[in-house]
This record gives sequence, C-alpha cells and structure tokens, in this order.
Amino acid sequence: MKKISDNINFAANNGLLDRRFILKAGLGIGGGLMSASALSSEGKDRLPWMKQPGMPMGQSGPSRYEEHIKREGVGSQPGTTGSGASRTPIEHLDGIITPSRLHFERHHSGIPDIDPAQHSLLIHGLVDRPLSFSMESLARYEHVSNIQFIECSGNSGAMISPKPLQRKASNLHGLVSCSEWGGVPLKILLDEAGIKPKGKWIVASGSDAAMMSRSVPLEKIMDDAIIATHQNGEPLRPSNGYPMRLFLPGWEGNACVKWLRTIKVTSGPSMTKDETSKYSDLRDDGIAELFTFPMGVKSVITSPSFSLNLAGPGIYQIKGIAWSGSGRIKNVELSADGGKTWAEALLDEHILPKALTRFRSAWKWDGAPATIMSRAIDEKGNIQPTREQWFVGRAKNTFYHFNAIQTWGVNTAGEVNNVYL
Amino acid sequence: MFTSKITKIVVNILIILFVENIFADDVFDGVSPQLGVIISDDYIEQVDFVVMPSGEGLPKGSGNALTGKVLYNIHCMACHGPDAKGGINGDLAGGHGTISGPIPKKTVGSYWPYATIIFDYIRRAMPYQSPGTLSNNEVYALTAYILNLNGVIGEDELMTAQTLPKAKMTNSEGFIWAYSPSE
Ligand code: HEC
Repeated sequence: MKKISDNINFAANNGLLDRRFILKAGLGIGGGLMSASALSSEGKDRLPWMKQPGMPMGQSGPSRYEEHIKREGVGSQPGTTGSGASRTPIEHLDGIITPSRLHFERHHSGIPDIDPAQHSLLIHGLVDRPLSFSMESLARYEHVSNIQFIECSGNSGAMISPKPLQRKASNLHGLVSCSEWGGVPLKILLDEAGIKPKGKWIVASGSDAAMMSRSVPLEKIMDDAIIATHQNGEPLRPSNGYPMRLFLPGWEGNACVKWLRTIKVTSGPSMTKDETSKYSDLRDDGIAELFTFPMGVKSVITSPSFSLNLAGPGIYQIKGIAWSGSGRIKNVELSADGGKTWAEALLDEHILPKALTRFRSAWKWDGAPATIMSRAIDEKGNIQPTREQWFVGRAKNTFYHFNAIQTWGVNTAGEVNNVYL
Repeated sequence: MFTSKITKIVVNILIILFVENIFADDVFDGVSPQLGVIISDDYIEQVDFVVMPSGEGLPKGSGNALTGKVLYNIHCMACHGPDAKGGINGDLAGGHGTISGPIPKKTVGSYWPYATIIFDYIRRAMPYQSPGTLSNNEVYALTAYILNLNGVIGEDELMTAQTLPKAKMTNSEGFIWAYSPSE
C-alpha cells in the first residue's frame, strides 16, 4: 500500500504542503468505534438521538455542544457596562461570514433600545433642503447589499505589548467581523437634500447615550457609504446599530456610527473626541495623525492558535482570515519556519473587495518546534508588515491600526503560543 | 388557436410597455424617490449637537473654573478623580510634555488639539450615567475647570461661545491629517 507521504508535494520548509494537496489522510481511523449502547434491535447501530423523534422545529439555536462559541473578551471600563468591547471568536469560525450573534462589539455608552417608529434619519447643515427619512420611507429607496468586513482600529492593539501576551486569537485579533450589509447608498439621500458647494464633510451622530459622533469626508460618503439597515439578511442587531448605522466599506469601524440619527453636512471635520483624543495615531516625534481611515492589509492564522493545541505529529489544516481596506486580497503566504521560506495558501472561492477572505493550507507537523505565520498581500500591492516594520515611526504606546504579521510558536508538546521573532 | 396566439402577443406587448413604464429610469439609476420630509429650523436646533473647532455650533451661556470645580466634584469626581487625576475612568488633566517622550500620557490637557472638543463631548456624553442633564452654563463651567486644571486659562476666565475657541491648547500644533482629499 502506498503511504500518504509518498505523494506529498512540499511547498515550503517544515512541512507546508502544496496548496493543491487535498486531505484524504485520516479516513478509516474513525470507523468501528461503535459502543455497545448504540446497538438496537437486530444488532443494528442506533445512537441515542436516532431512537426517538428530535426536538420540535422553529426553536433551535446553535448546538448545545457548541455553546462555548460565544463572544470573547467581554470587558468595559471600570464601573460601567457600556463602555467597552466584546470580540468575535475567530478561532472557532470558518468561512467568511460572521454570524450576527458573534459580531464583535465596541460601544461607548451601551446599546440603546430604539423604537424604529420613533427613529428617523435627519440630514441637515450645508444642504438646500434639510430632510428627515423614516424607516418606512428608507425601505422604498434603492438598496445595495455587499459582503464586507468591519474592523475596530483598536483591533490587535494588545500586540504592542513588549512581551507577547498569551491569549486566544479572538482576544488578540477578534475586533473584526464580516457580514452581508444591506442598505441605502447615502449618496442618494444627500443628492435629494442637495449639498451646498461649501459642504465637504459630514458629521454623523448616533442616538446612543454618548451620541457617538465622527466626521467623514464627503468624498467617501458619495463613493460607497451606505445607511445600513440589514446585516446577514435580517434587520441590524441592536448591538450593531439597529435600526440603522453608517457603513463605510474598508474604513475603521469607529467611523461607521451605529444607531445613526443625524448627518450634518459641514465644511470640515468637527474634531470630535473619538477622532482626536481617541482613534488618532501618535508618531514617535510627538505628532499625531488624524483620520487614518482605511484599514491596512492583514491576516491572522486562526487555527492552530493559542488554546488550539496540536494533538501530536501529523497532518493539520492551517486556516485563517485575511482582509484589506483597500480592496481584494491577492494572496496569502504561509511560513512554518519563522519566515525563512514561504508557500502560497489556498484562498476560498469568495475573494471579495473589503471582505474577509478565508485561506487554508495543509501542514505536516513533524513534532519539532515550529513557527507559523501568515502574510497577506492585497490587489493594490500592499504587503502586511512585520512587527518590526510596523513600529517604525510610531510612538511606543500607540496601538491603533496594528496590522503586523502574527506569529504562533508550536513547541514539542504541540502547545501553541503567541511569539515575537 | 389563432386568437390565443394574438392574445399572447398583445399580452407580451402590454407586459413590455408596462414593465418599461414601472421600471422607469428613476427606479434603477439611483435617482431618489424623493420621500425626505423637510425639517424645520426649530427642529434642527433641537437635534444639532455639532460643535466646530471655530466655535460654530456653541450655544449661548458662560461659566468659569470656580463654578466648574464645584460641579466637577459633584458630577464627575467619582469616576475621574479629584482634580481630574487618578480616577477609575481616566485622567482629564496632566501628562504635559510627555507626548513626544518615551511614554506619552494622553489627557485632555496634554493631547487634545481644541478646547471646543471638551464642551462638545461633555454636552453629548457626560456625566456617564445621566448625559443631557447639565445646562449649557454648567457645561461651560466644567470645560473651564478642566482647562484651568491644565493651565490653559485662569480660574475666573469666563468661557463662552466667543472665548472658548480661542483658548489655546498646549498640543494644538501636534496634529496632522493622514487623510487627503483626492481632488
Ligand atoms: C460613572 C463614571 C463617570 C462619570 C460620573 C463621569 N465620567 Fe467622564 N468618562 C467616563 C467613561 C467611562 C469615559 C470613557 C467613555 C468612552 O468609552 O468613550 C469617560 C470619558 C470622559 C472624557 C474623555 C476623556 C478622554 O481623554 O478621551 C471626558 C472629557 C469626561 N469623561 C468628562 C467628564 C465630566 C466633565 C464629567 C462630569 C460632568 C464626567 N466625565 C463624569 C466615566 C464617567
């Protein structure tokens, strides 16, 4: 009999297999593990749930065996419950869509319980006609729908820690999610209001208790901004801005104001607290950069990752997510030897602009210490930087827009740790 | 047989005419169905919280640091600490001169570029548990107090829509834009 290793093509050192290598290994091991209790009449196999009708329909959520898959790292400022974040459990997900219940959260004063009948979108400022749009009227406008990611610019901020923090992929990088966002192109509504020549920016404000507000250049608004009312086919969840949020494809999550109520067209930015005090990028020369809107090209290996240890030498699936605020992912490269040699990962079929892209590769772990990492490149030619490159020119404790390469170290026991090279 | 064929053709023509009519350009080329309802200036006044660095959007009213300190100790100290330092929810004062150093300490005083932001943010969001409960005079006074703690203004200087935008923050020159419009 031919051994699997006879026809393996290695694509890079330390066991990275060619991306066209399709896993057939492991079959035939699981069969025959029948327990006595599974036997029913005539010696035929029936597991307990095959012996009686199952649960009634119309009520079920995720399997109770998957209840551990929930938002991770839920935390809020001391003494508050609404000024903080929760993270998408990226190490337990596959594909490119984040189930809405697992979408990350970053709120500044809790989740408002908005009655859509009392909510409208108000457009005012430098416009010919200040207008109000009810939910009902918005439903009659042209809708668009796109699969796109949203990432908090504070995502991966824990990676600036001088010593690598041992946390799950979700706790390090889980402030990113990807949904099908549906809604009305904001351009249509602004055209209806008529922008005055001096109008160059908008200031968007939410109707949460903090009235979260951000200034956004009109150029982006007229290009591809939408008033999102739907997420993955259903109305937005309250934790994602129900009944409507601003959605700016590829731009930092904080600017995609949730629970959107007012849009004021202005001549310039308002310089709100969340675009100056926070979400600004301090350089090592003491100058801070405002309005770093697009999210950089990035990838993370979600498995293996911290807490998902390897059971022993053999073949594993390396998988992860890649994304870029500038467009499509062109390719993702993988290394299992700390960046000395690289192989191209296989990308799943859906390679959409400004969306999560799923990458995979088979890996034959020989049981020796290994250092695995991924590097994404987008269609504009942007390459995910190393940690060292990322720090160049930045203040030591600035953490927004961290998009450097994540490295996982696997030790001989198969334990996976966050390591810095 | 023959008549049914004719009926079919007629129906088809009708469908084409009808479809062309309802799917007129204004549905599919992005032109608005024009359902926005004009809102009055009075209503805009009620919902508009935007304050610009120029001072545009600041309301009437005034306050100084002396009154601000009293209000601060009642409404804010529990979370932001005495003299706006050492509280559980972040310092609003101090950190001066650290921004270009090895360990930058960002506070309202050491980092923020414009004094108008303080008014804007307090009016929108603070105190945390009961935003919207302070009068404009109170917000001006609290703003003045935070500015005074950071050495930006004197304790009896009155902050108003005219004076606040002129209060020069220590780090006002510390910012550039990463975004540049493509025109
Ligand atoms: C219950 C605690 C609490 C109270 C009381 C409170 N704050 Fe805050 N404050 C917070 C929290 C939490 C934040 C951060 C909010 C966020 O996540 O955006 C904050 C943020 C701020 C900031 C922004 C700080 C920065 O550097 O970005 C200012 C300014 C501020 N508060 C002023 C005040 C003032 C003035 C009062 C009194 C009127 C007050 N706060 C009362 C909890 C509190």
